[in-house]
Amino acid sequence: MDTNVKRKKKEAPAIDIGQETKLELYRMQVDLRYCEKRAYDLFLQNLVKGTSHLSLGQEAIAAGFGVAMRPDDWTFCTYRGHAHTLARGASMSGVLGELMGRQCGLLGGKGGSMHLTDVAKGAMGSYAIIGAHLPVAAGAAWSAQYRGTEQVAVCFFGDGTTNIGAFHEALNFSAVWKLPVIFVCENNLYMEYTPIHTVTAVKHPAADRASAYGLESIVVDGNDADAMYLTAMKYIERARKGGGPALIEAMTYRHSGHSRADPGKYRPEGELDKWLERDPLKMYRERLLKQGIAGATLDDIEAESMRQVDAATATAKASPPPSIDDIEKNVWADGGSAWRN
Amino acid sequence: MAELTYRDAVAAGIAQEMERDENVVFLGEDIAAAGGVFKATVGLLEKFGPKRVRDTPISEQAILGAAMGAAMTGLRPIAEIMFSDFLAVCWDLVANEIAKTRYMTNGQISLPLVIRTANGSGSRFGAQHSQAVENWAMAIPGIKVVAPAFPADVKGLLAAAVRDPDPVLFFEQKSLYSMKGEVPDGEYVDELGTARVLRRGKDCTIVALASMVHRALDAAAFLEKEHGISCTVVDVRSLVPLDTQTILAEVALTGRLVTVEENPRLCGWGAEIASIVADECFWNLDGPIVRITTPHIPLPSADELEDHAIPSVERIVREIREKID
Repeated sequence: MDTNVKRKKKEAPAIDIGQETKLELYRMQVDLRYCEKRAYDLFLQNLVKGTSHLSLGQEAIAAGFGVAMRPDDWTFCTYRGHAHTLARGASMSGVLGELMGRQCGLLGGKGGSMHLTDVAKGAMGSYAIIGAHLPVAAGAAWSAQYRGTEQVAVCFFGDGTTNIGAFHEALNFSAVWKLPVIFVCENNLYMEYTPIHTVTAVKHPAADRASAYGLESIVVDGNDADAMYLTAMKYIERARKGGGPALIEAMTYRHSGHSRADPGKYRPEGELDKWLERDPLKMYRERLLKQGIAGATLDDIEAESMRQVDAATATAKASPPPSIDDIEKNVWADGGSAWRN
Repeated sequence: MAELTYRDAVAAGIAQEMERDENVVFLGEDIAAAGGVFKATVGLLEKFGPKRVRDTPISEQAILGAAMGAAMTGLRPIAEIMFSDFLAVCWDLVANEIAKTRYMTNGQISLPLVIRTANGSGSRFGAQHSQAVENWAMAIPGIKVVAPAFPADVKGLLAAAVRDPDPVLFFEQKSLYSMKGEVPDGEYVDELGTARVLRRGKDCTIVALASMVHRALDAAAFLEKEHGISCTVVDVRSLVPLDTQTILAEVALTGRLVTVEENPRLCGWGAEIASIVADECFWNLDGPIVRITTPHIPLPSADELEDHAIPSVERIVREIREKID
């Protein structure tokens, strides 16, 4: 694990991505952070039921890809998918409303935290069975390849996913068919409550398996938004032009436990503190200031983000619960659920 | 009308739909260059090319996941799972993903896809290549379930399944692949969710599916000729949606219901039909409902054992004589 930390100390690539993109990356990370922190506050107020899995500390990955992707590209993510869904432009009130089980939720209260989807924004679903969505993302990529649309599918998952069969099936399948799909492993060092290195035969659970599918071994600092953005751009554009899939391992750390139920006590003392020093937002803010961007500009981004989160919270709180009349709707394409005549 | 085998009707149905709609694509193991291990897809690669008819690795999760991802982004894939037993290795995709995604996303995602699979006994393949698993599928809300008994139904119902906006699990009976039957020429599309009355009698109504339909017909002919018992035979054809109106009407006319099921006893599809008939047709019944099924055992492979396990014409005759006459 120490070696992983060392790897992350690599400097960001010296490519100027322009101030506009930098501010967009910052804005998006702030939005994801503030919105998820609000989701956590709403749990504490018992306004969010069920479970939830936060990406606090991992925002640079969703943000880097969110900024790099074309509006008609597709995102597939896991039950830890609030950030990735928001990063495609899904509304905060739709996300918070879904977590709260309100009518204004993205799924009208039928999916919940683990299934956030906003097809109009290219967020093609959050999948709560480990590994299931990797082949689904491959299928979307096949559709893009077949129709020649140059769309790319991006599929996010955790380090734990690399030990399930669907991961290997999807990687091999995508490589053989040369599909425009980017698999992004967010290695936050823990599969649920267990250190990933104690249950995985190789050091880098994704990157060290890449060669088995004829793919390049790629490890990126997942807490560096610039590095994530540049990596995303490189492999998305390659896939768009017919260069086939990529498997990217982004090293990161979640600030909270696996889920709402997990205080994360299995983590060694001091580990979280060390990673809090490498908080992606904190690091990015410092970098932008060093590069001459005015503090007031960043303050404004933060203030505006908080205004949006507050407004979305108010909207979600004001939204009524779903109507019981809708419970049997939308099993079938005709809008109903009839299984007999 | 042309006489086609059940297996040729599969290829004819797929070809009809691929010709009609370029968004129809077909993937699976050994389906393209080899024409399918049951030779049910011969000629499709030559006709439609490798872009639309694609061989896959032995990766059932990848096959169904790819079909799902393609379906949600504008294609109408047909995926083959070589043996229905193999659905167990990709059941997550069927039961958790494909069947539930429309509902969970409140209608945002549509999945117009067909999963074709070879189902059932008759080939002495043993318990992992011979199961009748249609009742597994029937238990999952959100997926349609079809199992044709005749070549014409294969073509017509397969076409209907491809055109359906919802996911359909299409069970082909492997013991019927060589069966011949008249199939309408030209474009032919049937209707999902419709049972068919194949003969009418006055003493009892036999409700059957896939290969059991043929045994029910043979049993009915024998019972009429040798024992003067006249039976209605209903081919269910589609378990989801289920044509309960036809079944209830035909049971009401004879006052007796016999189901003939290839699946093992517990939670077989006949149990659901028995329950519906008991609820809604009770006062028209003249006696207990009879379910004829495979015993609740893994299917054995030896000729004598497999033949004994699966409901035979003789067993159907015997049980109807004992319990109905």
